[in-house]
Order: sequence, then C-alpha cells, then structure tokens
Amino acid sequence: MSRIANAFARARAEGRAALVTFVTGGDPTPEATPAILDALVAGGADLIELGLPFTDPMADGLAIQRANLRALGAGATSAKMFAIARDFRARHPEVPLVLMGYANPMLRRGPEAFAQACAEAGIDGVICVDIPAEQDASLGPALRAERIASVRLATPTTDAARLPAVLEGADGFLYYVSVAGITGQQQAALASIEDAVARLKAATDLPVAVGFGIRTPEQAAAIGRVADGVVVGSAIVDAIAGAAAAGTDPAAAAGNIVAGLAAALSRQEQAA
Amino acid sequence: MTLPNSLRAQPDPQGNFGSFGGRYVAETLMPLILDLDREYRAAKADPAFRAELDALARHYVGRPSPLYYAERLTETIRKGAAPGMGAKVYLKREELNHTGSHKINNCVGQILLARRMGRTRIIAETGAGSHGVATATVCARFGLKCVVYMGAKDVERQQANVFRMKLLGAEVVPVTSGAQTLKDALNEALRDWVANVADTFYLIGTVAGPHPYPEMVRDFQSVIGTEARAQMLEAEGRLPDLLVAAVGGGSNAIGLFHAFLDDPEVAMLGIEAAGHGVHTDKHAASIGGGSPGVLHGNRTYLLQDEDGQISEAHSISAGLDYPGIGPEHAWLHDIGRVRYEGVTDQEAVDAFALLAGVEGIIPALECAHALAAVPARAKAMRADQIILVNLSGRGDKDMATVADAMGTSI
Repeated sequence: MSRIANAFARARAEGRAALVTFVTGGDPTPEATPAILDALVAGGADLIELGLPFTDPMADGLAIQRANLRALGAGATSAKMFAIARDFRARHPEVPLVLMGYANPMLRRGPEAFAQACAEAGIDGVICVDIPAEQDASLGPALRAERIASVRLATPTTDAARLPAVLEGADGFLYYVSVAGITGQQQAALASIEDAVARLKAATDLPVAVGFGIRTPEQAAAIGRVADGVVVGSAIVDAIAGAAAAGTDPAAAAGNIVAGLAAALSRQEQAA
Repeated sequence: MTLPNSLRAQPDPQGNFGSFGGRYVAETLMPLILDLDREYRAAKADPAFRAELDALARHYVGRPSPLYYAERLTETIRKGAAPGMGAKVYLKREELNHTGSHKINNCVGQILLARRMGRTRIIAETGAGSHGVATATVCARFGLKCVVYMGAKDVERQQANVFRMKLLGAEVVPVTSGAQTLKDALNEALRDWVANVADTFYLIGTVAGPHPYPEMVRDFQSVIGTEARAQMLEAEGRLPDLLVAAVGGGSNAIGLFHAFLDDPEVAMLGIEAAGHGVHTDKHAASIGGGSPGVLHGNRTYLLQDEDGQISEAHSISAGLDYPGIGPEHAWLHDIGRVRYEGVTDQEAVDAFALLAGVEGIIPALECAHALAAVPARAKAMRADQIILVNLSGRGDKDMATVADAMGTSI
C-alpha cells in the first residue's frame, strides 16, 4: 500500500479523519522549511502538502500569494524544494508528501524530468492547480510512469456529468475544494459539504479530503465528521508569516496550530 | 488536429493551435469554460446573434473603419529609398472606432454573448486602459455591472483612462500584488471569476486565456482583416504584400492577419515591444526573448526563468507590457507563417512623432511599434508594392508618457 493510502487507512482505523497540512515551500526562507515540516509532523499531521512556489498563484488568496513571493524573494528554487523533500523523506520514511503548485514550474524542464525528480525525492503525489482533467496528457502520463499519484481536485462546480472525467486517472486521494473561490476565504456551509462528499464517495473508492476555508479546530472537527481528510493551509501559512514578522520561531507557530487541529480531530475519535 | 488545407481552421476542439493553447485552468472554472464554449458555438451559428453584432458594429462602433493611403508617409520614406523603391503604405484606421481602439470590436461581441448567457456582472483586466474603457462602455450601453482590474502601476500611469472608466460607471480595482501591471490584473480577474461563478462573465481583452477565448476574441477581431482585404482589393485591385501589426497579447494583429492567412503572397510581420532591447532584461518580447510555458490558461511563449517563474515585462506602452503572447501567434511563429521582430521604446516614440508630423494622425504607442518597423521594410520593397499597417488605437492616452520620453512636460 502507498504511503498516502496508509495514512488515510491509519486515521480511519483510529476512527478519525486524516489531517492534511499545507505550507508553501521556502516560506519564509528555504532554510526554515525543514524545521517547519518536522513541526507539522510532530504536531500530528498525517499528510504534508508542500507548495512549490510560483510568481503567479492565481487560485490563491492573499496569505498564500504573499507566501509564494516571500519564498521566491528568499531564494526558493525548484532544486531547493526537491532537496527539502529528499531530506524530509530521509527523516520521515512513512509520512506522505504531496507537492502542490502550478503548471509552469512543473512543466518547465519537461513533465518526465519533473516526475523523475519527484520520484527521486520520495514525493508521493502531485496536485497541479491549473492542469484540469482535460489537460492530463501534459503531466499525468509522466507521473504515472514514475508511480507518483496524480491528485485531482473536485469543486462545487464539478457536476455529475463531469465527475467521471475528473476521476479518470485520479490517484492517492480526491481533494474536494469546498468553496468556489480562492484559498483562505470563508468556509462553505457544512450541509453542502456533507452532500458533496457523499456524492463524491459514491463515485470513487479514493479517500476524500476537504479543503479551502478551514481554519479552526472546531471547523476541522466538523468537517472531519463527514470527510476522510481535512486540509488546512492558509491558517498555518498565516501563523508562519506572523512568527516570521515578529521574529519568533515559525516552526513552533506552525506546530502549535497543527497540534490544535490534530487534537480536535482525535476528540472526534473519543466522541465516536 | 490541424486541417491540412487551411491556416484559418485553428484551433482544434480542445483549443490547441499546434502545441499551443489549451485550457489550463482550475477545476472550478472548467465547467464555466465548457459552458462558454457551447454558448459561443450556438451564438456563432445563430443568424440573429450575427445580425445584432453587425448592427452594433455599424451604428455603435462606426464600422467599417477606413483603409487610408498614407501618401505623405510613403513620400517621406521614399526620399530615403533607392529609385523605384519604397512601398506604398496603407493604414487600417481602427483608431477611429468608438472608444479609440480596436478593443471595442471584441467587447461588443462578448457583451452580446454575456447577455445571451444571462450574466449580469462583467469583469475585465486592463493594461493601458483601452480594453477597460471599451468594456466599461459596452456595460454602460447594456446596463450591466462592470468591474475592471488594473495594476496599481498602470492606474498611476493611465489616470485619464481610469477616470473614463469610472465616468462610464465601472468600478476600477487597483491590483497591488506582484508587479502591479497587466499580468497581475489578469491573476486578480481570474480570482474574482472563480469566486463569482454564478453571475459573472469574464470579458478577456486579448487573444489569450483558456479556450475558447483565443479563438473567440480572434473571431470578433477578424472583422479588421476581412474589411481590409475587401477594401484593398477595391482600392488597388490586389492584395497587400506585407501586413504589419503590433503584438502584446496579439488581438489587433490576429484581427488583421487572420483573413489573409491563406493568401501565400501576403507576408506578415508582428512587432513585439523590445523595450530597452531584447538583449536586456527590460522588454516584453515573448517570442523574441521567451520560451514556451503555461500561464493564464494557455500554453504559449512566455518571459520566464529556468524554474518557470514569470519575469516582469517592460514596455513604454502599457498595452504591450505583458510577459506572454496569444497561442495562435506562438503557433504562427513556429510554422513560420508570420515573422516576429522587436521594436524598442525609443523607436516607437520616434514613429509616434513621425506619423503625427506627416499625416496628422497621433497613433497609440502600441501601434507606433508597428509603424516603427515600416520605413526600413518599405525602402527594401519596390514602389509598386504595398504595406498595410494596423493603426489599432489613437494616442491621446499616451500624451504624458510620450512627453516624458521626449524630455518635456505638459
């Protein structure tokens, strides 16, 4: 079983949703990222999404836009992100690591070179925001050749007619973007999320993780009751930015947020 | 799939012009783009839509725009040419359209489509403000809410156009992210669209973005070349030997070129903004100094570094200040049908002054780039040959910029 499948299976066995945490690689500096990733794991993250920085993150809100520019300003490069992933894999042999970002940095040296670099760095999956199912040929085959999961996004606008196309070639888990909008904005109504997750789970055996607009332990716990995984990004990125601006330890700040989220998801287990 | 017997049959149903184009957008937008594609095909096949568009083009935009023989410009160029040399220069007068540029051609088309789709809120990006003004204009005409995203830097250097948009009832949102120019305005418009999928229509101003935008905007702009081709046949009894147009995103250029693509005797020249020079890091020549990549929904030539990070573009002309180019141009470059060259800021300013001085026409800085390439070309052609330049916009908006470049103040 893959590291991604294992992580979801373990959480499920513990009667809780998996905690998926996102940080932008290289934010606030590439040197700070390894300790931040370690803090996410120590805080209780089940799966790490590492953001590959891009100058033009057009699906992201202000928090992650700024994180991308901070990372690039601090000298983040693709090579450094792969090195960070490789070292993470050495320190954490079992924690799944998914690279998330935009098409241009992923395709710049060709899809095969990108997929090989992912495989060599021990990356388990890739989420590309601006490669929809229709454009799968530009990256999907290269990822599958290296046994890297191509994690697909489903959204409130993904209707029943379109869902099979989205699921074709999807791997690892299905990421349900619960809000039609950018990252870091308001949360969708719980009832609509519950309906959507039920609809998705009827169509796929992949675990369904829900993200966008989830900031607090309470929100995470509520989503955790209806989904296999809960994705939190902007709230962690905000904590890192705040710590960096205040001159305090960004890893500690990120770890605190994640520990709170993880505790809320575990209480779910006790309540069940 | 490329149809073998016509260069005018692109793109394929997935929006590919050869290896360029496509639909690289977030999943949230994908159903909307498919919906737009269906509606556009239906509208295109509907005679009532065509009739409404033609009526607006004639009575509101002021089409057809004149084809003008620039006699004094031609004479001026011939003074420096060898005997018997110096091609005749014609101008397609798109600057005489309502709102002062070719941008309105596309806006009237898309606004009719937005109405047909029942959308009540229109968003747009703008660089120099020409597309923003044209969008605000059609929104005022049809009573639709209008939000225009404009880089904060462009808001600063194009204040007259900002005021025009507000006067027309549009909300102008200054974009402070990134480089604060056209590329960032596009990012912000995409963020708005993804968050307002139910009522909003994104009225893209150039032949870029996800399919079907490059095709649709080209279709609405191709009226330029369709008219010019007929006008030239009437005036000269033959087709021109060379077409010249400025290329930022490339809508005025493809608008002129498209009707002539299957005329092998007609050569075509697209002029990119070379800024301080393509060898420097201050230019906007995506083909001359860029490489293929994916941005804003399509695969095309981009200014980027070795990691695929997008570089800042530079041009004296805010309308050309974009680090990409429409995918159809990328394809026309790769197959060699159109030649693309660069013209610097200084050359554009000189051409701006030249046309004002000899023809009494003040061109926009964008098409001043195209004009700058003309004298050298004309001198190398026989006097019985013809160059047709797309005069895509008027230069009123550029007074402060040009005065500044000439070292004077207004």
